[in-house]
Parts: sequence; C-alpha cells; structure tokens
Amino acid sequence: MSDTAKRAGTAKEFPVTHGALTYAGVTDQVCGVFQDRPASRGWMWGVVLSLLLVALFLVSIGYLVVTGVGIWGINVPVAWGFAITNYVWWIGIGMAGTFISAALLLLRQQWRTAINRAAETMTVFAVAIAGLFPVFHLGRFWFAYWVAAYPDTMNVWPNWRSSLTWDFTAISVYLIVSLMFWYFGLLPDLASVRDRAVGRFRQRFYGLLALGWRGDALHWHRHELFLKLLAGLAVPLVFSVHSMVALDFSIGDTPGWHSTIFPPFFVAGALYSGFALVLVISIPLRAGYRLHDLITHRHLESMAKAMLACGLIIAYSYLVETFIAWYSGNKYETYLVINRTTGPYAPVYWTTIACNVLVPQLLWFRRIRLNLKALFGISLVVLVGMWLERFVITIISLHREYVPSQWHMFYPSVWDWTTLFGSLGVFAFLFLVYLRLMPVVSMHEVRKLIMPKRAES
Amino acid sequence: MTSRTPKSYPRLVLPETGGGWWCSLDDRRQDAGAPEREDEFPQWSRQGVPLHRRDFMKLLGASMALAGVGGCSKPADEHIVPYVHPPEAGTQDEARHYATAVSLNGYGLGVIGSNYSGRPVKLEGNPDHPASHGRTDTFTQAEILQLWDPERSKLVSRQGVGASWDDLLGEASGRLQALKARGGAGVRVLTGNITSPSLSAQLQTLQKRFPQAQVHHYEPVCDDHAVQGAELAFGRPLQTHFQIEKASRILSLEADFLDPGPDQVRYAKQFAKARKRGEQGRHDMVRLYALEACPTLTGAAADHRKSLRAAEIETVARHIAQRLGGSVEAPEKLPVSARWLDAAVEDLRQAGSTALVATGRRQPPAVHALVHWINDRLGAAGHTVTYREPVAAAARHMESLRELARDMQAGQVDTLFILDSNPVYSAPADIDFAHALAQVPLTIHLGLYADETARWCRWHVPMAQVLESWGDVRASDGTVTIQQPLVAPLYSGRTAQQLIAVANGNVTDSARELVRSHWQRQWGEEFEQRWRRALRTGLVEDTAAPTVAATVSPDLLQRLPSPTLAPRGLEIGFIPDGSIWDGRYANNGWLQELPKPMSQLTWDNAALISPITAEQLGIENEQLLELRYHGRTLRAPAWLTPGHSEGAVTLSLGYGREAGAPLASGKGFNANRLRGSEAPWFDHGLEVQRLDETYPLATTQAHHRLHDRHMIKETTLEHFLRNPLFAQHGPPGPPPTLYPGYAYEGHAWGMVVNLNTCIGCNACTIACQAENNIPVVGKEQVRLSREMHWIRVDRYYKGPIDEPETYFQPVPCMHCEHAPCEVVCPVGATLHDSEGLNVQVYNRCIGTRFCSNNCPYKVRRFNFLQYADRQSPSLKAQRNPEVTVRMRGVMEKCTYCVQRIEHARIGARREQRSLQEQDLQTACQQVCPADAIVFGDTNNPASQVSKEKAAPLDYVMLEELNTRPRTSYTAKLRNPNAALKERG
Repeated sequence: MSDTAKRAGTAKEFPVTHGALTYAGVTDQVCGVFQDRPASRGWMWGVVLSLLLVALFLVSIGYLVVTGVGIWGINVPVAWGFAITNYVWWIGIGMAGTFISAALLLLRQQWRTAINRAAETMTVFAVAIAGLFPVFHLGRFWFAYWVAAYPDTMNVWPNWRSSLTWDFTAISVYLIVSLMFWYFGLLPDLASVRDRAVGRFRQRFYGLLALGWRGDALHWHRHELFLKLLAGLAVPLVFSVHSMVALDFSIGDTPGWHSTIFPPFFVAGALYSGFALVLVISIPLRAGYRLHDLITHRHLESMAKAMLACGLIIAYSYLVETFIAWYSGNKYETYLVINRTTGPYAPVYWTTIACNVLVPQLLWFRRIRLNLKALFGISLVVLVGMWLERFVITIISLHREYVPSQWHMFYPSVWDWTTLFGSLGVFAFLFLVYLRLMPVVSMHEVRKLIMPKRAES
Repeated sequence: MTSRTPKSYPRLVLPETGGGWWCSLDDRRQDAGAPEREDEFPQWSRQGVPLHRRDFMKLLGASMALAGVGGCSKPADEHIVPYVHPPEAGTQDEARHYATAVSLNGYGLGVIGSNYSGRPVKLEGNPDHPASHGRTDTFTQAEILQLWDPERSKLVSRQGVGASWDDLLGEASGRLQALKARGGAGVRVLTGNITSPSLSAQLQTLQKRFPQAQVHHYEPVCDDHAVQGAELAFGRPLQTHFQIEKASRILSLEADFLDPGPDQVRYAKQFAKARKRGEQGRHDMVRLYALEACPTLTGAAADHRKSLRAAEIETVARHIAQRLGGSVEAPEKLPVSARWLDAAVEDLRQAGSTALVATGRRQPPAVHALVHWINDRLGAAGHTVTYREPVAAAARHMESLRELARDMQAGQVDTLFILDSNPVYSAPADIDFAHALAQVPLTIHLGLYADETARWCRWHVPMAQVLESWGDVRASDGTVTIQQPLVAPLYSGRTAQQLIAVANGNVTDSARELVRSHWQRQWGEEFEQRWRRALRTGLVEDTAAPTVAATVSPDLLQRLPSPTLAPRGLEIGFIPDGSIWDGRYANNGWLQELPKPMSQLTWDNAALISPITAEQLGIENEQLLELRYHGRTLRAPAWLTPGHSEGAVTLSLGYGREAGAPLASGKGFNANRLRGSEAPWFDHGLEVQRLDETYPLATTQAHHRLHDRHMIKETTLEHFLRNPLFAQHGPPGPPPTLYPGYAYEGHAWGMVVNLNTCIGCNACTIACQAENNIPVVGKEQVRLSREMHWIRVDRYYKGPIDEPETYFQPVPCMHCEHAPCEVVCPVGATLHDSEGLNVQVYNRCIGTRFCSNNCPYKVRRFNFLQYADRQSPSLKAQRNPEVTVRMRGVMEKCTYCVQRIEHARIGARREQRSLQEQDLQTACQQVCPADAIVFGDTNNPASQVSKEKAAPLDYVMLEELNTRPRTSYTAKLRNPNAALKERG
C-alpha cells in the first residue's frame, strides 16, 4: 500500500492513483485524450446521435416559441408539468458537481481530484440546461427578465414574496459561481494544453483561454486562494439553491408541496442524482480513454457510498412524509398519500420507490460497488428514479388538489417527451464536445497528489 | 365611403363615418387578411359565373355602400327607439340600450341589448317582460355570438349558386301568378312554432290570396302532447301555466320547468322564491317530488326523485288518480314503491290548493289529461295552475310535417316556403323530407345558415338574425314585444315577414314597414304613440292572454285510452339538447362549449345510460354503441349517467349536423335518424350492440363525489329549523392570523352564491363569457381540461349511483382576502386592490402559472395557446370593448366584472353622488334566473350582500385554509318528507 493511499484514508481503501505517474505522464494521459489521438469512432457516433437530439430539442423549442406552452400536456389543475420536472431534475444533477469540487476541496478529500473536473463540467452544462426550462415554460417567455430586479423606468419591482423571484436570483448566482469555479480551476490546465498545442490557431485559442498563465508562483498562490474562496462561496450555494428550488414548492398550499421537510429532502435528492450522473459519465470515460490510473476504484466506490447515503436520506424523507400525512390528521394530506400510492399514477410512485429506495440498497455490498457494470446500471436507475420523483412531486400533487370537481389527469404530449430527450441530447453533445476541447481530469491537482511520491523516490 | 387600405386602420374601431368596424365586405376581407381561397364561394368557382370573385365582392361592397347600409355600424336606422331607462346617459362612446325580444320555439323573451358604437355586444333581460323579469337564459346570452357568427350564410343562392334577391322575386312572382289561377293549390309554407302577430296576419292574407294554400308548422321540440292532452281534458288546446311561487308541494311527472326551454327563466325565478321560504325559517318551503327517466335540472332540484322509465310514468299518474278517488284503469304493477307514492299523494292532498302536479312535453297526452284531472281534484287548478288560450298558431307539428311530406311526395306541392326551419335535418327518420323536397319545383329556404335544408332547396335566402330584425313575438303568456334591430343586417338578411310579403305580392315594403303596417291596422289613431312606447318599454301592455277558467270534462277518466302495456326491452328516449336545443345553435361556440347541465359534456351528445344498465350490458364509458330501433341504426358513444333510469338510453337532439354548422361538423350523433314521428319522445324496442371502438367525449368534470370535503354544506329544512347554525363550524369569524387586516375605507366588494336556489342552469357561465370576452377553446382543449370559463358550475353527487342527490355549485373567483395566488406571482401580476378585489394585470403577467397551482379553488384560467380569435373581423366586433382581449400565455380569471364597477363609479361620480348597490350587477348576477347570485358592498351593512353574509346559512369554501374568500355560499336546504325518511 502506497503512502498516497495511507494519506488518503484507511489501509483497506483503494489508492487514489495507480501506477508510476509522473507530471509529464499525467499531462500526456489527460491531454492525449483530445490532443494526440484522433476522435474515436465511438465519439463520432455519440456526436451524431446527440446532434440528432439537439436538433429535436431545437425543433421542440422552436415550435413552443411559435405556438405556446399549450403544445405540452399541462392544463388546469396541472399547470406545471414536464418543464418543471426537468428543471428540478437538471438543477439537482448540477448540485453534485459543485459539491464534489467545492465541499470536498474544503474537506481535503483528495479522492475528488480525478473526477472533480468532469463533475464541474457536468454542473455547468446541467445548470445551463436547467435554466432553460423555467424560461421556456413561461406563457410569455420573452418577458422572463421581469423577474429580475432591474431598474425599471416605471418603478415596477418583482414581488419579493414570491419564491420564484428568489429562485431566479439563486440560480443566476449559482450559474455564475459554478461557471467561475469551473473556468478558473481550468486555467493551469489550459496553460498546459496551450503549451502542447500544435498549430497557430490552437495555440492562440488555448492561449486566449489560459489568460496568460505562466505558472508563476504568484499565479499559483492567487489561484489557490481564489479557488478556496470560491469554494467557500459555492458550498453554501449548493445548499441554498436547491433549498430554494424546494421552497418553490413548499411555499405553495398544495398538499404534497406544503411541507417543511422539502429543503433537506431536495438537497439530498439533488446530490443523489448528481452522484449518479457523475458515475454514469466517469465509468465509460474511464474505460473509453483508459484513465484507469487516474479514475480508480477508489473514486467510484466513494461515490457509490455517497449515493447510498443520499438514498437513505431520501428513503427517510418518503417515510416521514407519509407518517406526517397520517399524523397531521389533515384529510387533504392523507388523501394525497392514498392517491399517490393507489391512484391513477400509482405505478409511477411505486417505480420511484423501487428506483430510489429498493435498488440502491444493493450498494451495501462491496462486491456490487466494485462491479462497474452493476454500479453503472444502479446509477442509471437512480437517475430515472429521481426524475420520476420530481414527476411525483409536481404532477401527482397537483392533479388532485382540494376541489374534486377540478381533478384532472395530466398526459404528457409528444412535445413533452421530445423536450426531455432533446435536453439529454444537448447535455451529451456539450459534454462530448468538451471532451475534445479541454482536459477532462484536473491535471494540476493530480500532479499535486503525486508530488510527494516523487520526492520520496 | 372612402376606400381604405387594410393597413390604415389596424385598430377595430374607426373614428369617422359612423364609427364602423368595417365598411364594406371588401374592406372586411382585406382587414381580415383572409387568404384568397378558391373554395370560399365554391358555388361561384364551380359555375363559372362571368364575374371574377373579387370584382363581385367589390360590386357587392359598393352596392351595399350605395344602398346606405354600408355604415352598418350605426344602429340599424333612426327608427329604433332606445330603452326607456338607459342606465347611463348615452354618449357616442358609451353603450346605448334597446329593448327587443329573442325567441325560442316561437316564444319571446324580452331583452335589453347594449350597443357600443353600433355594435350589439350583450343582452340582458327586460325587467318588465313577463318571461324574463330582468333575467335571461343560456340561449339568449348566446344570441350575440349567433349574430356575429362569421359562418352565417351571407348570399342569396339558387341551387347553391349565388344569385340576387331580384332573381328570386322574378322567379317566385311568375310562379305564384300562375298558381293564383288555381286558387293557390300547391303553395305551402313551413314554419316553426310562431307567435308573431304580424306574421300570422300575413299568413292569413296569404291564405285569402291563395285559398288552397296551406301553412305547416314543425318544431322538432314540439308540445303536441300537451296540446292533445289539453284537448282531451278540456276540449280545447289550453296552455298550462304554473304559479310555482304559490306552491308548497310539487310533483313532477317528467316536467321540465327548470330545464332549458322558453319558460325556464320565469319558472326558475318562481321556484327560487318558493325555495327561499325555507331560509327564512318558514315551513311552507316548497317540496318537490320528481319522477323522470333522464336526469334533468328539475329532477336535480327535487327533494325526492325517482328514476323511472318514461313509459312507466303513465302508470304512476293513473295510480295517483286512483288514490285521489278517480276510477281509472291502471296496470297492477306500480313502478315505484307504494309507500313512496302514498306518502307523496298524501302530502299533495294535504297541501290542497298549494299542491301542484306538473308534467312535460315528453309524456303522452293521456298523462297530460290525467295531470289536469289531478290538479283539478287537488284544488290546484286556478291557483297554482292556470290555463290560457294558446298563444302559438294551432298545429300538431309531427302530423303537420308528415302531411306536408306526403303531399310533396305526391307532387301536390308546387311552391314551398321554408321559414327558419331545417326539416331535412330535424325531421324524424320516418319522414324523408329531403327526397320529398326534390319533388317540389320551387323551394325557398330562409335561414341563418346554409344548412341541410338549404342544400336541398332551390333557393336559399340568408335570414336576418333576431337582433337585426324588425318583428314581433309573444311570450308564452301572450305578451307582445315589438322586436327592433340593434344593428342593420350584416349580410342583407331578410325577415320571415319579408319573404311572406313576396308571396303576398308585396315586394316593396321594408321589414320595418311590414311590422309597422300590421300594428297600424291594429292601433289606428293611437298608433304612433303606442308604437314608440312599445319600442321603448320592450312590450305592448295588456296583451297577455287572459287566464281562463277551465273545467275538466267529467267523463275524462272514462274516455282515457287504455293503459299501454308494460314496456319490453330497452327504452329509447329523446330530449332537446341542453346547450344547442334542436340543433339551431349547433354553430355557436359558446353553447357548444357550455357543459350540458347534467352530463357536463361539451361539443357532443352521447347515449346517456344508467351505470347499472351499462354494467349489465358490459358497456364502458365512451364505448361506441350501435343503437337499433325500428330498423333504424345509429352509432353513438355511451355516457354513464348516474340517476338515469335503468333499461333506457337517452339521446339529445341537435347533433350530427352535416351542413351549415362547421363548428359542429363531425361532432355528436344525429338522434333524428332513430326518432319516429309516431313516438317522438320515447319508445321501447331499442337494441344495443357494443362495438369495439371508443369515441372520445369532452367533459369538464371527471369527479363527482365530494370525498368528505365540505365544499357544499346542506341539510334538511327540519334540521335547519332545529339547528340554524349548522353551517357554522368552529368559533364565529375567520381563523386567526398573525398579520393585521387591511382597513377598507371605501367599498369592499363581496359576493354570495345561494346554493339553495341555484338550479345549475349554467346561465352564469355563458353570461360571463359574453361579458368578459372569454374565448372558446374547442373540444380537444376541453379534453385537456383547458376550458376558460371564469365561473363554472360544479356538480356533485351524493348517495347511491342509481338515485343520487345532485348538488350544483357555481364557482367564480373567491377574491380571497389572503389570496394564495398573490404571494407566489414573481412579477406581481395579481394583487389586491383597495376595494378588496383580487385583480389580474394581464400586461404584467408572464405566465408562470404558479398562481393557478396555488389556487385551492382552481378558478384561474390560462391561455395555453392563442385562444382568442384575433382574425375574424365579425368576432372582433362582437367583443365587449370594456374588457381586454387576452393573448396567449396570460392568466385570467373572474374579476367581479371590474369594468362594470368602474362604469358604475364613473356614472355615480358624474352625478356627484356615491356609488349605490343598485348601480351595478355582475354579469352572472344579472343573468341568474334564480337570483342565486348577490354582489355588493360588504362595507355597507344595509346592502343585500351584507345581509346574506350575516345569515346563518352563509359559509365559505375551504374555510380551514384561512384564505378568507369574499365569495361565500348560502348552504343548501332540502325539504324531504318525514314519512319517507328511509329511502324507499
């Protein structure tokens, strides 16, 4: 067992890195992914497929813009449908990236280094996509900027009592901070890429992006300090943003929304789906680009454990929700639980339970945690489960509220589905393009990890 | 008239030239930006008329302009007389009010129309008119849309090809001249039920001119049975009138006095009065027993209701007669329990002259006769039931149509005038009217639409809609109203009088002159003065038919036909449609989208069937059925209807239109294809076959149970008298709050909806739609639950599925004091105003829809798509100029008719006085025939709304949420017979 492993944790754990990594070796491995090797056939297919979905997304949004939100299945009482479900799901996914980079940075969890870049990238793209939904779900999206507090000539301000106003602010701040965190974290690596770049255009491109990074000690000092500060800012944001999203619901009087448990419940759910997506991305990435030395079992297992922990919090929340519905004696809450479990959408609810509570219990077993296929599968199941959970919260709660005469079903339209799958395509496309443009593993941080090793030898 | 390019006036209202919205048909088309389509006037393109279509349009426009009707935005002409008490002193930009009357089945309902810049936009009831008393019904409200319907027929046509009125005159007068020699044999006129004195006089003149000519009457929803029943009982066709407010006990044998029809408004008002006695703690609150096959509003209002097959009701009537000492044959087997009937009859007997037994047009003549006998025996005749000489032209409609068709087939008819009637569509299946028409050389159809009959006739003449017409009409009690137009005919339509004048050889008189000359003859010297008064007040005084003392012929019971045999097999029944009547309103979007009172269906009719029978036959909701009856077949989807009688299927008339109603095309099923003229209302011998197909139906309400939620509070009169505070849960006043209340210094508006008197007729819904420019969304959108009605009438069932109690609850915005919608809007597009209104700022709304999610009452409506038609020019002209037309992506909801509040405020300020309660009514309040909606200032303790809110029956919906609604409800009282405590 190497020192690295010892420093990283208990002896039984896998090492954070494998093999005899050198500074140059790290750079070669990471930059080789896109600088030395031509685009692989698999990548090509991925881009083609995801581009098709991007086109689908653009068509869906275009039709929406021309026609109106009536192209979706929403109605009264279910005035929020897939758009909000997708929004909460995507924003939740974004959480994990920041959490891995920022919170674990502050906690000095070194196992984060190999995956934090992928996770941060995921965050930026996921939050960007998430931000599209609340805008385009507006009846008159071209006035979306009215929720911002800007100096209006008519002195009209947004309504500060509305959670949507806070939400808008929270997401904007979050998007900006996570973008900065991601980009400034990239700077030293962009400089490495610049230095290896062949061709005038590439050199200029990366040169511009690297903002003249020279590896100066002062650069490093400020960089470190700045990132720590940003991390300090980002960590509370992780919790505040998703708490805010939760408050969008819990401020409402709708049974199934109006609940104080929502903020922690939503944060746990967000991390849950975020970790799942990081696993779904890093397992094929590791295999495809042979990054076994950088992304080790150690990373994957740690994330599996984190996922399991989040899953347990989710399960607990489900239990508490049900218990409180009964304990409160509130007939509307009680009916909500009955309707969730036995109503027309009961299959959705039970699938959610299966995906989010039952299946992840397999992660208790180390064998399964180390079986990458199983881990990948479970992560996918969790992602589906978390999406369904957003559906359960948004739609099942709305479709049967207080007045029985106004109980109606929501059926997604074709455009609901195309927008959902289109958004997945947009994410995949952005990520694939990123793979060919920028280092997917944080090189300077990995180098830091192997530094003592070299000193010893 | 200056020519304009379409771009020169993007806005609707033009400043000069009479403030028109469009000046000629040509302008109108350009304004509409209508694509040039070859198929717009297919008759022209097909026949190769030498004029190019556009040239024709220009000529038409020019001729209209020259004829002086181009400025059709002006009130029709200078001869119409404003209503005597216009609420506001009229200026050009303010509404002017004119009294006229609309009609249904020939019977008039007095209305006052508001005209903005010459555009009629709203009708309200005429308070002095006996059929209205200031209230109206769904059909009346929809007449405005009917007027502006862009799909009305616009051109005179011969064999489907555009022709001119002069061509028609030439052809008709030549033909009639020839027939005159033969005494007019072969001249026939077919009309619906008519009460018009001037038209009747014209028809008499016609028969003088052509002694052999015949006039036929056909109304698909006819009262033949009532006429025959009266003849049986009294020897003459007396009309029955109820005095419901005098009644304390009513037994309805399939009567439909609260259901849509010419008398709904009058009877609903009387019934409400009789019902309200309970709220005042009086024991003589009316008690209603109802027996019926298909659930009706009358049955829903009943304290004791039994569903029977329609054919079984006669048996019950005979048993009642027996129990009252009449010797009449009756089948042994009583279809209701003897205990039930005994208790009901005993109750009626004790009520004596305040008892009332009523029956409806579906029941056979024998039942009508028996009911006359029973009322006579109870002492009700002359008290709660009165009789009058008939107001309408005497006719047996089914027979009349059959005769006409027979003569046509036999080639005995040469010239046929069809006035505002669509027999090709509406004739019963055994009368092949279409092919009979083919045997007639000259057929002239006058109608609002180029409908099925227009297709089969040689000539079609666009009819002037009632609001464009001069005419006269009598209410069911006989009161005459001179109808004056609110606008000149939009498409140069003619009135029935004008067409009959042609037959009478008078081709010069205008529609107005024809009516005037009739009354000139009647009134002689006093004419001018009386004419002006009649137009101003909207009625002619002392024209009601006198009440006559009628004696039931002593040997009636002996003369009654023997009881019919117990029905075998399934029963088929027909009813007029609750929203489109007999099909005449099929192209009216407001009515099509108005939920039918009991089934809550929109846009379609269906085979209504009891859930129990459906289960026995293995029929699912919306499953297509093949109905076979007397060798005729019809496919229609099943609609499971709680409270429908077992072993019976009911279809409403008016659907399955093939021409003249593009909105209705492909919707619903033509019940006339099954209907026979011998048994127009119900018969046995129906066979039902299930098909493996479903037909999607659009309903606005999918859940009918209250799930133990106290939306509706109700109790019995007895319980209320013992425990007057039953509707008040917990301590008085609203639940506590941390926040200080807002002090309303001026007005604080509020509303009370009385569930005790509400009959669930939906008039409020459509009145609101007319007042507030609420768009029609169409069947598919209704299926997605996106209908836009600002006030909906919820309907709940309680009790067993075969005999449920029915509750109606109109739900407008609650205007909560602690409005949950206001908190969540990020842009503050919905907020409270200083008078307590929860207002919606359309141009600030960005459409997050959070307010709708957060509204526990779900009264908010969202423009998911561009629902308001911003293209059709005539629909632009229809709209209320005081209310914004909403665009896509904007939330909307009930505003308590804020435009009416402001209007009244401005009026009061102008008169330098404070705003009084009587200055304004909301649209729903003003239409409500049951006076179930009260609106006013809750800050004024003397206002009616304050008094109602202080009443012990007052409660608010979902009080526990502490939203503090400004709309409250008066709890419902039922008045069941103590002797029938257990259902039996």
